[in-house]
Amino acid sequence: MNMNAKGMRVSGCAIFALALALAVLSGCATTASNPRDPIEGFNRAMFGFNEAVDRAVLKPVAEGYRAVLPAPVRTGVTNFFGNIEDLWIAVNNVLQGKVVDGVQDLLRVAVNTVFGIFGVIDVASDMGMQKHNEDFGQTLGKWGVGNGAYVVMPFFGPSTVRDVGGRMVDMYVDPVVNEGNIPLRNTAVALRTIDLRANLLDASSVLEQAALDKYTFVRDAFLQRRRNLIYDGNPPPEPRAALDADEQPLSAAAPAEVAVAAAVPVVPPVQAVPDAAVAETPVAEATTPVIYTMFADGVALKTPNAVPEPSPTTAVRFADNVVLQAK
Amino acid sequence: MNARAFVFSLLLAGFAAPASAQEVAPDVLVKGISNEVLEIIRKDKDIQSGNTRKIVDLVETRVLPHFNFNRMTAYAVGVNWRRASSEQQKLLVDEFKTLLVRTYSTALSSYKNQVIDFKPLRAQTADTEVKVRSEIRQSGAQAVTIDYSMEKTVSGWKVFDVEVGGVSLVANYRETFTNEIRSVGIDGLIKTLASKNKQLEAKT
Repeated sequence: MNMNAKGMRVSGCAIFALALALAVLSGCATTASNPRDPIEGFNRAMFGFNEAVDRAVLKPVAEGYRAVLPAPVRTGVTNFFGNIEDLWIAVNNVLQGKVVDGVQDLLRVAVNTVFGIFGVIDVASDMGMQKHNEDFGQTLGKWGVGNGAYVVMPFFGPSTVRDVGGRMVDMYVDPVVNEGNIPLRNTAVALRTIDLRANLLDASSVLEQAALDKYTFVRDAFLQRRRNLIYDGNPPPEPRAALDADEQPLSAAAPAEVAVAAAVPVVPPVQAVPDAAVAETPVAEATTPVIYTMFADGVALKTPNAVPEPSPTTAVRFADNVVLQAK
Repeated sequence: MNARAFVFSLLLAGFAAPASAQEVAPDVLVKGISNEVLEIIRKDKDIQSGNTRKIVDLVETRVLPHFNFNRMTAYAVGVNWRRASSEQQKLLVDEFKTLLVRTYSTALSSYKNQVIDFKPLRAQTADTEVKVRSEIRQSGAQAVTIDYSMEKTVSGWKVFDVEVGGVSLVANYRETFTNEIRSVGIDGLIKTLASKNKQLEAKT
């Protein structure tokens, strides 16, 4: 039985390893418009896969679950798994040096297990002991481990390189995943997953409405959320550099301008670095505004024709910002 | 504007000034509005059964006047905001406002009697920007924080960003907007927002 549990873990690891290998490979062939998401091509594919799985299986099942079971029962299920989870939350709080919070988490477990009928009723919250949100990825973050690249994992969804590692540790110690009675374990994992998804039904319908591009919206919300969690709700202001990266100045590449840029063999004069070079060296990124502003203002088109041949990437970059694909 | 109208508007301004002198504190304002709106939702059977039109109306009349959508849109659009003409800026604000009102209304309609706690406001009297913090308690999970960033204006305190669980709504649109403008331009973004809004409108 234990072998089986181990086997499942190993295959889980294999999936992660495979996913990461794929990610690295596909990373070579995708654009990196966001420095925090260098493997966007792979991630978008995984996101699409997860969405399809959700639409086909998880969401309908969660809707059925919500329709069939009355709210108090569902709350009981959420509380029951939340109580088990509180143990690991306590450990992580202690690992992060928040001993008082950790002790409170343990008290929560004690109170809810005894007076809350094995955690089904969250008595501790009513007594003023608020539930915390911690996991090993947050602990690593607190210890100074950076996010790493954004990664969308198959089935598990948005994560980062650091949080993939964190999640593996979380799963390794998860009492539900480690339950020796396999049918019981599978039932518990399934129930926990469905309950989690059911709790997110309202949020996901709001998300559908709010997002123009769901992938980007989910990614940026996830990264903001994790940052907030690591700092327990009080993150310092975003460093200036990160904000600047978000604000890569780009002109409105109106179709007309693109057409002109593509048709007329004109490249900005010497002081403006050719675009291909800009794409290769992030350092030179600062010069891009010059180029774009010039095109936007039409100045570049007036420059003398004693300039080198344009590289094909110039036009492509204007059109779609897909420099790497054009190469 | 003729002289009489000018004098009249001055008079109006004169009357308005004392009213804003004893203005409502930002946390009191947010608390008051959310209690008022949630009270209406709790009592209104139409809204509970999913009447979107009605809840959008509620948001537009009670909540909207306390938001600074110009600033929200400018932040969300980022550096490209300065490149937009004033006509484009106006269209962006209108479409973004419509989208946010719609989204907010959907979020409100899933409200079910949760307890909302407002935390004590940590601000000096001279502050012109404050963050009003609140949280929604829920069973079996960590409370969801909702923080309102507010600025002092001549017409009272206005919200210019909302953070849900630490996720800034305005910042979250920035990347999408930048990408959109990069590929289809500012007019393209306006079109995308407009068609998104039409699509949402059609669903109700």
